[in-house]
Amino acid sequence: MNLVTALEENFRREIPAFNIGDTLKIHVRVVEGDKERIQPYEGIVIARKGAGVREMVTVRKMSFGVGVERIFPIHSPIIKQIDVVRRGDVRKAKLYYIRHKKGKDAKIKEKAREIKKAAV
Amino acid sequence: MSEMNRKTGIIGKKLGMTQVFAENGNVSVVTLIEAGPCAVIQVKTVERDGYAAVKLGFQEIIKTKRVNKPMKGMFDKISQKPHKLLREFRLNAAGSGNEQALKVGDVVTVAGFAVGDVVKVSGKTKGKGFQGVMKRHNYRGGPGSHGSMFNRAPGSIGASSFPSRVWKNTGLPGHMGAVRVTVSNLRVIDVKPEQNLLIIKGAVPGPTGNIVEITK
Repeated sequence: MNLVTALEENFRREIPAFNIGDTLKIHVRVVEGDKERIQPYEGIVIARKGAGVREMVTVRKMSFGVGVERIFPIHSPIIKQIDVVRRGDVRKAKLYYIRHKKGKDAKIKEKAREIKKAAV
Repeated sequence: MSEMNRKTGIIGKKLGMTQVFAENGNVSVVTLIEAGPCAVIQVKTVERDGYAAVKLGFQEIIKTKRVNKPMKGMFDKISQKPHKLLREFRLNAAGSGNEQALKVGDVVTVAGFAVGDVVKVSGKTKGKGFQGVMKRHNYRGGPGSHGSMFNRAPGSIGASSFPSRVWKNTGLPGHMGAVRVTVSNLRVIDVKPEQNLLIIKGAVPGPTGNIVEITK
């Protein structure tokens, strides 16, 4: 499998450490006609799937009251940057239950300690 | 036989599958094949053999004592190193081929392939064992529940007094897989001659480690 993994390594990008429940700001390169711009997409990570360069991450946000989920291959070249905005405190690996929650129930608690560390 | 442009293929080993990203983020599923270098072991001509072909050898045998005497004699005669695998590739009859004639001792490498080429890949598929008609012939089967007793069975296999027998080629359960299959219209995504590597979009027959033949 050496050559297979070697080929995959070419596509590996630096990804900040993040967990399920974190809020990410993903800067996506969008091509419109012949113009190119960076569009940020901010939301909660509700699932991570796959491993290595094939890893996919599902990010959910509420857009004008409508739930939007985008699935990104996190090593994709169209992603310019990933910022971790907020650490979430969750107990599940997949937060699909959040789709059926509304208002306050759909909130994710912030991880208290880690944020303090980041602030120092 | 109507193919006008027969070129020699190459023997390769399937290394596995992965995915590659295009610059615009599109993902292609690819198969990596370690192809060649293959030595030309024999050139068959219409005059002598009745058809034109080239016999290639793949994977040199390092431990020459493992080669049995008839094979050793054959390789010694053409002063080539013994190879584990020999495969023949049909060519156009001499004169009509538009590539320079191959000679015994020539080496065929992946350099003969270019990015964007459309290739065929042949190889033996994974063996599936004895399988029923749903898996083997894509029969629909019956309902799974509600008291249905017709689940995965083939159903009727023919009419009555005519023809009073089962038609030939009626799909029935039996051994599936482990047959030679050719997949055509596969595109070459990348060629890496220094690693003898051919990266092809899509799947090729057989498990990882399978020996495949790649032709243009």
